[in-house]
Amino acid sequence: MAVQPRTRRETWRLLFLLSPSLFWLIVFFFIPLLLVFAMSFGQRGTYGGVRWHLNLENYARLFDPLYLRIFWRTFRIALTTTLLCLLIGYPLAYFIATRPVRWRSSLVLLLMIPFWTNFLVRTYAWLVILRDQGLINTLWTGPIHAFLLQVAEAVPLPFWSSLVQATAQPLPLFGTDLAIIIGLVYGWLPDMVLPTYAAIERLDRSLIEAAQDLYANRLQTFLRVILPLTMPGIVAGSVLVFIPSLGAYITPDLLGGARSIMIGNVIYAQFMSARDYPFGSATSFVLMAVMVVGTLIYFRMGGGEVEV
Amino acid sequence: MKGRTAKAQGARRRGRWLNRLLTLHGIAGYLFLYAPIVILVIFSFNASRFMASWGGFTLAWYGKLLGNELIGAALKNSIIVAGTATLVSTIFGTMVALAMSRYNFWGKLAFDALLYLPIIIPDIAMAVMLPLFFVLSRTQLGLPTIIISHIAFNISFVAVVVRARLAYFDVTLEEAAQDLYANEWQTFRRVTLPLIMPGILGGALLAFTLSLDDFVITFFTAGVGSTTLPLRIYSMIKLGITPEINALSSLMLIASMTLVLLSLFLQKGGGGKIEIV
Repeated sequence: MAVQPRTRRETWRLLFLLSPSLFWLIVFFFIPLLLVFAMSFGQRGTYGGVRWHLNLENYARLFDPLYLRIFWRTFRIALTTTLLCLLIGYPLAYFIATRPVRWRSSLVLLLMIPFWTNFLVRTYAWLVILRDQGLINTLWTGPIHAFLLQVAEAVPLPFWSSLVQATAQPLPLFGTDLAIIIGLVYGWLPDMVLPTYAAIERLDRSLIEAAQDLYANRLQTFLRVILPLTMPGIVAGSVLVFIPSLGAYITPDLLGGARSIMIGNVIYAQFMSARDYPFGSATSFVLMAVMVVGTLIYFRMGGGEVEV
Repeated sequence: MKGRTAKAQGARRRGRWLNRLLTLHGIAGYLFLYAPIVILVIFSFNASRFMASWGGFTLAWYGKLLGNELIGAALKNSIIVAGTATLVSTIFGTMVALAMSRYNFWGKLAFDALLYLPIIIPDIAMAVMLPLFFVLSRTQLGLPTIIISHIAFNISFVAVVVRARLAYFDVTLEEAAQDLYANEWQTFRRVTLPLIMPGILGGALLAFTLSLDDFVITFFTAGVGSTTLPLRIYSMIKLGITPEINALSSLMLIASMTLVLLSLFLQKGGGGKIEIV
């Protein structure tokens, strides 16, 4: 549908439509991006400034065991988040796709509403639930502890006392990788459900019937027909969850403790407290590169076609 | 024959059982999505300062918010930032969407990539490069730098939404208008604009929501006295959890939910109607 501008008038119109955004994106996005790239080869000056000269030290420093451990944790957390989102999200998408048509759009809408509300606030909600004086631990060390104590007094069982002792302490939820994973799964679950739902909904039901006519049982039908046909949706959803999880900042900052640091926190610290801009630039550039590759995979798998 | 029927019955029973399990999972899934929000809202009405006890229903925490000048100032900043950023990015984003859907030109693919990048790269990466640029260009950080940064990421989101609308645009309607001697401006004003209006409004509301909600990029580009609502909430959380934060968060949740519903309604409804004046 798009055509080359044919007349001079059309060329001017194209330039008029294009130039404000082009200007803005080049000045306030592309140049800063190049700046970060250039700075990633620089060196931290004595007083926190930057000395510009070409070296790869910042990239080499990323291989320091300290940072490798953080990258590995970030990768592990992002991967666990993605797998959990898949385990929870795929059946949820299947549930939505198998409801009557008139329900489906409402169910999808219900899925999107929390997704578009303030991320900081949604993460804070989990802080209220998970912290030591939070909802879960208030119940755990309060009513649950009291109940177990009463039972222990009535029926003395040997293993019971250790259970009573366990409920006397708050569960170590806050400040752990688990808390971060819960926060991330909560934040990005709709990103998994929407593309998988689109894939399942598009599935040709007659193929399932054909498999059953050919005496495939439910498991075989699922593994040999449904799963391969919905694979593009699974890949798209996984990329959509994995990418923001890798770049997470707020979630580990609020729910993770001092020991549960992710790449996002490293970048933050380099710019806000350590004032090592070159190293922070190198870290964020590597992160960006990973994201762009991930997105290319997403588009290759036809992710761009998924309509929500 | 008899064995076969029994087997079929067993399969059917298992099917029903699976379906029940699926329904249960569906309900649990939605509970998971809504429970934290509901809990937060419920506790914003708790008269007790602590989670441990329910001290009765109160609106005191909301009342306290009203008296908090810092929050008032933050709200004002948020509205200035979101309003300005939305206005500019909606105009620019719509223009670029029109250009991209109508014309082919040299370097279009590269420009497309540039347009998508702000959506793809993580907040934190975009957040660190902007202040770097502002500091090197000796720009004072404050409301203008926040607005500039918000426009930079919002153009892309608006462009994506408007382009989706333009993908279903029937060009023959414009041709018909021109056949009826409408000039280019009249064609745009009376035909094109009304047709893509739901997309533009949807994009604008998305931009407004994103701008109002943004924490990471704002945090890095804000200066003294330009604290927005999310920044205020964040610093309150860091100082310690109080029921006031629950009340403020509940208000934020309700505000963004309203905006989302409005945006979805605008994008879906009002379809291809043209008003003939």
